[in-house]
Amino acid sequence: MVETINGTVDVEFHGVTKRYGDILAVDDMDLEVSSGSFVSLLGPSGCGKTTSLRLIAGFEQPNAGDVRIGGASVVGVPPHKRPVNMVFQNYSLFPHFTVAENIGFGLRQLKPRPSKTEITARVGEMLELVRLQGFEKRRTWELSGGQQQRVALARALINRPTVLLLDEPLAALDRKLRQDMQIELQTLQRDVGITFVLVTHDQEEALSMSDTIYLMDEGRIIQMGGARDLYDEPINRYVADFVGKSNFFDGEIAEADTSGAVIRLASGRVLRGRNPRGVESLNRNAAGVIAIRPELIHIEKANGSASLTTDVETTARIKNRIFLGDQTEYLVEAEGFGNILVLASKHAESVSGGFSPGDFVNVGWKESSALALEDTSKGGRPTAVPVPKIG
Amino acid sequence: MASTGNTGGPNNRVTAMLLLPTTLWFFLLLVMPLVVIAVYSLGERAPAGGYQPALTLAQYGNLLARLKAFTNTLTLAPLGTVLCLLIAYPLAYYLAVKAGRGAKPFLLTLVIIPFWTSFLIRTYAWIYILGGRGIPRLLEMIGIEDVRLIYTPTAVLIGIVYGYLPLMVLPIYVSLEKLDKSLLEAASDLGASPIRTFFQVTLPLSAPGLVTGSLLVFILLMGEYLIPALLGGGKVFFVGNALVDLFLQSRNWPFGSAVAIALVGIMLAAVALYLTLVGRDRDRQNVSVL
Repeated sequence: MVETINGTVDVEFHGVTKRYGDILAVDDMDLEVSSGSFVSLLGPSGCGKTTSLRLIAGFEQPNAGDVRIGGASVVGVPPHKRPVNMVFQNYSLFPHFTVAENIGFGLRQLKPRPSKTEITARVGEMLELVRLQGFEKRRTWELSGGQQQRVALARALINRPTVLLLDEPLAALDRKLRQDMQIELQTLQRDVGITFVLVTHDQEEALSMSDTIYLMDEGRIIQMGGARDLYDEPINRYVADFVGKSNFFDGEIAEADTSGAVIRLASGRVLRGRNPRGVESLNRNAAGVIAIRPELIHIEKANGSASLTTDVETTARIKNRIFLGDQTEYLVEAEGFGNILVLASKHAESVSGGFSPGDFVNVGWKESSALALEDTSKGGRPTAVPVPKIG
Repeated sequence: MASTGNTGGPNNRVTAMLLLPTTLWFFLLLVMPLVVIAVYSLGERAPAGGYQPALTLAQYGNLLARLKAFTNTLTLAPLGTVLCLLIAYPLAYYLAVKAGRGAKPFLLTLVIIPFWTSFLIRTYAWIYILGGRGIPRLLEMIGIEDVRLIYTPTAVLIGIVYGYLPLMVLPIYVSLEKLDKSLLEAASDLGASPIRTFFQVTLPLSAPGLVTGSLLVFILLMGEYLIPALLGGGKVFFVGNALVDLFLQSRNWPFGSAVAIALVGIMLAAVALYLTLVGRDRDRQNVSVL
């Protein structure tokens, strides 16, 4: 094991590159997963997250760079000789085995092979861990999706791997069950103390379960950090756009310093935003964007007087309203800004009485709520934006 | 063969009508002839040949006179099935698992292409290949003399493997093609070496195709006539050849019928034994046989 400030490191990528023909799936990637943590690789399909997972499992070998598990290089080591186990996206349970035989499969491959009684005992422990006692003799296809998933978990955990790999494990479950399993997975991870590496395209899943999230795009890690870091301190437009909802006001960076930047919109309006944590200063005259989360925008009845709580304020007209239950989403149109998305809490609605399409309102926000970001979608990759190491 | 115990109604009538052609076909062309042959087997040979009614088991008592045909069939048919299996499995595995997307349709076509020519003509070709001017001549050129192939059991086996291989390859290919490849990754991930993965996952999950292919080849081989007739040259003959001889040459229909019934009986017993052996193992695994 490798000693770091945070303790031991279970998985490391050093400049790992994986190509399929002309397609660059993983591009010079560095990764460090500390022992006992719950890490997510998050990104849209084709971002290289699944390839990264398969590189750890050994189903793929890198074209360049080094993959290390527990400090030792595993390049060239086949999957069956790696101390990692995987929960597959479709679970991949063996249809010709019972639940107990599926779970015990890993034990039966050990040399020397444990005795029958030991296998039965260990399988029993795993069944208890995933709360499937009494299902030993069942066929895997008789089980519900959630139960199959728990069998897959038990099967992957029985050999006490250094790292458990999870490939979109919740994608096949319905919403309610998915939320239950999120909690269950988190609890399980704390109980067994094994490092979990989860691959998902679902930002909510990543945000709710992981200690550390690696947001990926085009085979690279764009930002790494905790859920709060990614949501509150996105380092560029891509991150702010992928994680949660955001309003974006496009323009040109007119002024920039270490605290923030001023961006001139096409309409001539000038908006100020702060730098996200870890970003020193933006490049002046480059394409920039002001990003504001819809829940950070204040909305009130248009009454001509400026609100005391906001720094930027404008009048707007309600275009659309979506009732979400716990909150209400408004799409408003403001001159010089275009469309603005606003989320009003239940409490705010009870104070204002709510708005209807066509109503005129005042919307505004604090400058500290607005982030000034480089617009990587226009200028290609960020050139000098350092990836902050947090947590 | 219509389903029984249903509540009736129009649905049942449609089912019955759909099954009617098959039922008639089986009754007229399978059950009736079998009954006729069973009855004939209890009769006597008419003085001028053919059948003469009687009720005797004498024909069955005489079966040992054709023992050689039975032993040939019962050794070469299972042996041929096993050889087909051993050669077909790696081929089917390659086609289903390893072959690239582009190559696969082409290779599958290659497996099927022999069917485009008459089986008779293809077997005739083997007479030349195995005969004095074929392979033995080539072997002579490299110094191996006096190799005799044609009209030997080896020749018959070569003909069998050549003729029946596609029938074994295709069902195994289908079952391997359906096999979820991520199961192989899962086995490997859980610590199984490639060899163990094959025996613990691939082989059991391709068993349905293996059983189907084996039964198909074995049952057809038990009644094989053409290959021993052409490549066995009267020296290596099957029960099928004995039957032709009995019915057409010596015109001893009752004895021929008894031989035919005995063959059917042995075949049923062999298939039942095979399915029991396979089934005992599969009861646990609960994978449908056919």
